[in-house]
Amino acid sequence: MTEDIRALSAQFAADPSSLVFLRLGEALRHRGQVDAALKVALQGLSRYPHLPDAHDLYARILTDRQDYASAFDEWDTVIRLAPQHLGAHKGIGFLYYRAGEPDHALYHLRFAAQLDPQDEGLRVAVERVAGGREIWDAPMPQEPPPRASEPTTAAAPSPGDPFAGIEGGRDRLLLVDSDGLRLGGGLADRNGRDVSDQASAIVAGTTREAGRATKLLELGEWSYLAIEGADMSICLLNPTADTSLLAAMEAGRPAGQLAFFAERSAKAARAWLERVR
Amino acid sequence: MTNYAPFLEALTRLRGIRGAMVVESGDGLVVAESLMGGLKGTALAAMAANLATRAADLAGSAAVGAPRFVHLQASEGSLLVAPAASSLVLVAVASRDVPLGLLRLEMLRMAERLA
Repeated sequence: MTEDIRALSAQFAADPSSLVFLRLGEALRHRGQVDAALKVALQGLSRYPHLPDAHDLYARILTDRQDYASAFDEWDTVIRLAPQHLGAHKGIGFLYYRAGEPDHALYHLRFAAQLDPQDEGLRVAVERVAGGREIWDAPMPQEPPPRASEPTTAAAPSPGDPFAGIEGGRDRLLLVDSDGLRLGGGLADRNGRDVSDQASAIVAGTTREAGRATKLLELGEWSYLAIEGADMSICLLNPTADTSLLAAMEAGRPAGQLAFFAERSAKAARAWLERVR
Repeated sequence: MTNYAPFLEALTRLRGIRGAMVVESGDGLVVAESLMGGLKGTALAAMAANLATRAADLAGSAAVGAPRFVHLQASEGSLLVAPAASSLVLVAVASRDVPLGLLRLEMLRMAERLA
């Protein structure tokens, strides 16, 4: 039910530090006043940066604005702050479903349904994603399913291929040495054209520059460099001191998801290097 | 002449932001800055401009499209760069545990307005 925006606005104006911004932001969303809702949510977040409900509100507004990547990051933040947060599991389930990842969608939607068994709409959504009511007979998984694009094991890489068995190992992952020579993997552009060698030549120098910048700015030990491109996003890191890895994903995926993919792939690369050296 | 101060102040008001700058990407000159103590403007500008150039070179070679946002993550914080038009880049340095989703969105919005 839409609350009285005028009354809520008056309450918020009288006490900007109150939590009424949550109800006001939601009411504005329901009225379709998304920009006004965004302003209220950002004001609230600046006062309560660790409040899960504030991030949840912000994520819903981002979804209204079709900024799904940022919404994913916000709901991810909520789940880190409050692992049992109903709204975040519903939201992230929706985003996974929208992204064509039904297994992940199902996990989060079922988790939400457990938290609110009375929500009939949620039950219907679970059954739709699962393909039937039989889903309720299956035990609830303890954790989200592993992503297909993540390496399932770093223990037994093929001698000739550091990313064997990893989805994207031939066109989304590139391992190079400190001279920019390709050691394994490959990279293709959106049209499938092989750009591995031209990218390899620049990867090592870029990671060196990232390490140098981190040191000079006294930011500690560098973890990764992510570059969000118009068509794709890439993440660079050093699996070992003398190698660099590039991982790529379609644009619009959450930055954290790309970094995670890169870190898991780096583990596979390290295991392969230990084996072949 | 554009007044960049409101952009930078809006960024540095966010929790955990140690500084923000507008930098000329070609030669790393400081156009405007709002930095907390301990950050050296000229060094930060040079580093950020260099990183933006490297990122653009790599993005070109890897055919991923023009860079919209560059995020250097380290154990004690992060360096964030949002290229804008007219050879300018918006730069921010964030401490650890800053909600980067919000910061990223703000920087992208400001970079658009700098264009």
